[in-house]
Amino acid sequence: MDRPIPKIIVPKASPFDPWLWTLAWRDSRRSRRRLFLFMSSIVLGIAALVAINSFGDNLARSIDEQAKELVGADLVVSSGKEFAPDMYRFLRGVGLERSYETAFPSMIFFPKTQDTRLAQVKAVSGKFPYYGTWEAKPANSVKAFREGNQAKKPVAMVDDALLTQFNIRPGDSVKVGNVSFLIVGRSVKIPGETAVTATVAPSVYIPQQFLPETGLLQRGSRATYRIYYLFNKGANVDQFAKSVEPKLDKAGINYDTVSERKRDTGRAFEDLTKFLNLVAFVALLLGCVGVASAVHLYVKEKIAPVAVLRCIGVSGKQAFLIYLIQTTLMGLLGAILGAILGSAVQLLLPEVFADFLPVKVSLAISWISVLQGIGIGLLITIAFALLPLLVIRKVSPLRTLRTSYEEDVTGPDPLQWGIYGLIGLFITGFAYLQTHDWKVALGFTVGLLVAFAILTGLGRLLMVLVRKFFPVSWSYVWRQGLSNLYRPQNQTLILVISIGLGTFLIATLYLTQTLLLGRVQLSASGRQPNMVLFDIQTTQKEGVSQLVQQYKMPIIQNVPVVTMRLAAINGRPVEAIQKDTAAKIPDWALTREYRVTYRDTLIGSEKIDQGKLQKMESPTDTARISIEKGYLQRLKLKIGDKLTFNVQGALIPTIVGSAREVDWNRVQTNFLVVFPNGVLEQAPQFHVLMTRVDSAGHSAAFQRALVTRFPNVSAIDLGLILRTIDEILGKVSFVIRFMALFSIITGLLVLGSSVVISKYQRMQESVLLRTLGASQRQILYINLVEYLLLGLLAAFSGIILSIAGSWALAHFVFETPFTPDVIPLLAVAATVTGITILIGLFNSREVLVRPPLEVLRAEA
Amino acid sequence: MSILRVQDLTKTYQSGGRTLTVLDKVNFELQPGDTFSIVGPSGSGKTTLLGLCAGLDRASSGSVYLNDIRLDHLGEDERAAVRNQYVGFIFQNFQLLPTLTALENVMVPLELRGEKGVRRTAQELLDRVGLGQRGHHYPTQLSGGEQQRVSLARAFANRPKILFADEPTGNLDTDTSAKVVDLIFELNREAGTTLVLVTHDLELASRTGRIIRIKGGVVVSDTVTARENVWQGRE
Ligand SMILES: Nc1ncnc2c1ncn2[C@@H]1O[C@H](COP(=O)(O)OP(=O)(O)OP(=O)(O)O)[C@@H](O)[C@H]1O
Ligand SMILES: [Mg+2]
Repeated sequence: MDRPIPKIIVPKASPFDPWLWTLAWRDSRRSRRRLFLFMSSIVLGIAALVAINSFGDNLARSIDEQAKELVGADLVVSSGKEFAPDMYRFLRGVGLERSYETAFPSMIFFPKTQDTRLAQVKAVSGKFPYYGTWEAKPANSVKAFREGNQAKKPVAMVDDALLTQFNIRPGDSVKVGNVSFLIVGRSVKIPGETAVTATVAPSVYIPQQFLPETGLLQRGSRATYRIYYLFNKGANVDQFAKSVEPKLDKAGINYDTVSERKRDTGRAFEDLTKFLNLVAFVALLLGCVGVASAVHLYVKEKIAPVAVLRCIGVSGKQAFLIYLIQTTLMGLLGAILGAILGSAVQLLLPEVFADFLPVKVSLAISWISVLQGIGIGLLITIAFALLPLLVIRKVSPLRTLRTSYEEDVTGPDPLQWGIYGLIGLFITGFAYLQTHDWKVALGFTVGLLVAFAILTGLGRLLMVLVRKFFPVSWSYVWRQGLSNLYRPQNQTLILVISIGLGTFLIATLYLTQTLLLGRVQLSASGRQPNMVLFDIQTTQKEGVSQLVQQYKMPIIQNVPVVTMRLAAINGRPVEAIQKDTAAKIPDWALTREYRVTYRDTLIGSEKIDQGKLQKMESPTDTARISIEKGYLQRLKLKIGDKLTFNVQGALIPTIVGSAREVDWNRVQTNFLVVFPNGVLEQAPQFHVLMTRVDSAGHSAAFQRALVTRFPNVSAIDLGLILRTIDEILGKVSFVIRFMALFSIITGLLVLGSSVVISKYQRMQESVLLRTLGASQRQILYINLVEYLLLGLLAAFSGIILSIAGSWALAHFVFETPFTPDVIPLLAVAATVTGITILIGLFNSREVLVRPPLEVLRAEA
Repeated sequence: MSILRVQDLTKTYQSGGRTLTVLDKVNFELQPGDTFSIVGPSGSGKTTLLGLCAGLDRASSGSVYLNDIRLDHLGEDERAAVRNQYVGFIFQNFQLLPTLTALENVMVPLELRGEKGVRRTAQELLDRVGLGQRGHHYPTQLSGGEQQRVSLARAFANRPKILFADEPTGNLDTDTSAKVVDLIFELNREAGTTLVLVTHDLELASRTGRIIRIKGGVVVSDTVTARENVWQGRE
C-alpha cells in the first residue's frame, strides 16, 4: 500500500501520429474499393462545382479580353426618340468615326413565299462594328451590303434563322414598308448580340437612306436611335462619357461604354454561374448524404474491431482518428477525381451555354476553381462523415466479451449537434457567398432542410406502415421483399432521400416550365384576343378596322395610345425629386416614357380600388386621371396628388382621381395611367387594335393584306410569341437540366453504392435461402419487389414534393391556377423506378449466378 | 503488494424497472505470478467479473485495484492506457483484427506503446507460438486454433503483468484446445504473468493454483490447489 502508485501514461491522440496513419492504411487494405465507392458519390457534385466555377472564371477572363467586341464600338449613345437638332449637331462632332442606327419593330414581307413576320428593322450607315466581326454568310456579304449602302442600292442583310425559317436565300428580296430590298447575305452574329436576342427579335438590316422611303417611321412610332463611335487609340472614353453624362441625361439619352458593358455582362454571368453553383451544390450535398450513410454502415462493421483495439489500449480518440484519416483520404481522392472530371466537363459547357454567350470563351484549367472545389468538397464530406464516425469514440471495449452489447452511446452526443450546426452554417455560408443575400441563403438552407425532412418522414412512414399493416397472407416472395424495407441495415431512408431529391429537381423543372408556358397558352385560348395590331395612325384607324372586319375577325379592343413623360409631382419637378435621396422614388419611374390611353369606362381586367373614375365636367377642368394601384404605391402617391405630364412639349396638369386594380394576366391593352376623354384627343397618338384569328392560314392571309395596305402597322401574333417563349425556355431549361443531371447521376451512384455495401448481408441471406431450397427466380423476385417499392416510393415522394413546390410557385409568385399534367409526371416516376430496379438487380446479380459456397468464401 | 485486488465488487443492471444484481460483494486478491480461474454455471456473472477486473466496465459499487491503481477512479482513456501497459487479453472468439495480417495483429500493442524494433519482436512471438511462417496471412486464412495462437502472441506482446482469458478454448476442439492451453501455461510461466482464466472446463481450471466458484453473482467457494498442479498437468 505504501508503494508509490505507478504512473499511467495516456498516449496522446494526435492526428500526426505516424502509427495512426500506418494502422489506417493497413486497415483500409481490404476495404479500399468499397471505401472508394462511398466517396464516388461526391465526385459528380465536386465535378459540377469545379466545372461551373472554372467556366465562370474563363468566361470572366474572356469577357475581359474581348470586352471591345461586346459592344463593337468605344461608345454607344441611344435614345427612345429622335435626337434634338442641337444635340444631334453635338453628337456628330464626337469621336473619330460614327455609325448610325435606327431600330424599330415592323412587319416584313417576303414576296417569293408571300410570308410576313414581325422583325426588328435596323436602318444603318457607317462601318459598325469597329471591333470584332459581323459574322455573315456568305463571308463577303457584309462587304457587299456596305458597298450597296454606299452606292444607295436597296440591299439588306437578314437574320440567318429568319431566312431559314421561311426558306428564303440571299438573292431573294424582302419588302420593308414600301421598299423592296435585295437580300445580299445572312446575318449570323453581330457584336453585342446573342442567339437569344436574335430569337426574340430577328434583325433585318437596311441602308439608312431608304428609311424615309419605307414610310414606316411616323410621329409617335416606337424606335430606338443609336450612334456607335470609334475613338482615337488611347482616348479616355470613360472620362469623356462621364463629362457629358449630365447633358445626355437631361435629354433622356443613354450611353454605354466598353468598361460599362464589361461590368454589366460580367455581373450577369456571375449571377448565372452562382445560381448554377447552387444547383451543383445540391448534387454535392446529395453525395454527402450518400457518404454519411455509407460511412454509417462502414462504422457499424468496424465496431467489433474497434472494441478489440480499445481492449488492447487504444484510446477512443485514437480509434476515431484512424477512421477519420481513412475517410479523409478517400474524400480527398474523390475530390481530386471530381476536380479532374470537372475540368474536363468544363469543355462541354460552351456548347451548353452557346445561345447565351456574348463572347468566345477560351478554356484553360482554373486552378483557383480546382482548389476551391477540392476544399469545399473535402470540408463538407468530412463534416457529413463525422456524424457516423463520432460513434467510434464511444465504442465500449466490453463488446469483445459480449457480442450482444447494444448501446454504446448513452443519450445524444452534444458533438453531434455541434456538427449538425456546422453543416447548417456551412451550407448557409456557401449559399450566401453565391447570392450575397442572407434571406435567400437561409431560404435555400431551410428549403433543403424541409425537403430532407419530408423525404425522411416519408421513408420512415413507409417503414412503419409496411410493418404495421404487414400483409401476412401475401405470397412468400412479397412478404420477404417487403420486410427487406424495414429490417436492420435497410437502405430505405437513404434511397428515398437521394432518389427522391433527384426526382424532385427534375419534376420541378418540368412543372415550372409548363407553368410558364401554360400561362401564355391560357391567354391564347378561348375567346381571348390572340393578335395585336399596333402603330396604327389616326388616319389609318378606319381603314384597319374595315380590313379586320373584312377578314371576318372581331375588333375586341381598339384603343388610342399617347406617349408622355412625367414633368412634376405636386409642383415639384422630377429633376428635383431625383436629386432628393430621401424621396425614395425609383429613378425609372420618374424618367420612363408613359404610354397612356384615354376613356371614361373601366375594361374587363380592371377594378376600382380607391376613389372613382371621373369624366371631364368641362373642357377647362383639370383632368382626373386613374393610376394602377401598385404603381400608385411605388410612386408614393395618394388620391388628390397633382401630376404634371409633358406630352410632346406641352405640359398637362392632372389630379390623381382614382386607383385601379389591374389583372395583368389577361391579354388586354392594360395601362398604368388612364386619362378621361376630352383631354388628349388632339395629341400625337397611335392606336392599338386587338383581334382574334383562328387559323394560321387565315392569320397569314390577313397579315399579307395588312402589310400591303398599311406597311407601317405591325401585327403581333400570340402564337409566334408562344413559340418564341417556348424556344427560350427550352434553352434555359436545357442548361438547368444539364446541371440537374449531376444530381440525378449522383442519386444513382448513391443507390449503386448502397446496394453494393449491403451486398454482403444480402448474399449471406440469399445463400441461406438458397440452401433452404429457394429458387434463383424466387430470390430475383424478392429483390425485384424490394427495389420496386423503394423506387416507387422515392419517385412519388419527389413528385409530390415538386407538385407542392410548383403549386407554391404558381400560387405565390405567378398567381395563376396550377393543374399539373399527370401523364408526364407518371412517366418520370416510371423511369426513376425502372432505373432503380435495374441498378438494384444489376448489383445483386452476383448473388444469383454464383454458387452459394463460393460466395461465402469470397466474402469471408 | 498485490497485482489484482477486488473489494466488495457489486454490479447491478436496471432492466424493466427492476434491479438485477449480477455480482454481489465479490472479494479476492491475487499476487504476481498467480494462476487463477473463475468457474460457475452459465449466467453466474463470470464474464462480468472478468470485464470489471480488466477495467472494461464500471462497477456499481466496490473497487478494483490493478497493480495498485484504483480503476474505478479512472476515465475511459486512462483505463485504456492501463490495459496497454499491464494487461493482456485472450477471448473465446479470438478477436483478431480482420483487416490486419497475423504479424500486424501482434504488432499493434507494441506500436501503440511507440516501441522500436516492433516487427522483430512480433515475429519472434509468432515463432514462439509456432506460426512464424504465417505472419502475412489474414485471420480468415487461419484455422480457429491458429487464430487463437496469434491472439496469444498478441496478448503477450506488451509483456503484460496480468493476462485475462475468457473461455479461451470454448470455440476449439479437444486436441486443439489442449495445445492452446499448454501454450498459455508455458508462456505464462516464462513471462511470470498472472493469469485470470474464466472457464467451464473444470479440468482446465484445476491446472491453476486457485479456483473460485461463483453462483448467482456470489462467490460460493475459493479453493487453493497445489501450485505444482500446474506443471503436473503437463506430464
Ligand atoms: N447489459 C446487461 N443488462 C442486463 N443484464 C445483463 C447485462 N449484461 C449481462 N447481464 C446479465 O448478467 C448475468 C451474468 O452475465 P455473464 O455474461 O457475466 O455470465 P457468465 O457467467 O459469463 O455466463 P456464460 O458462462 O454463459 O458466459 C446474466 O444473467 C446476464 O443476463
Ligand atoms: Mg461468459
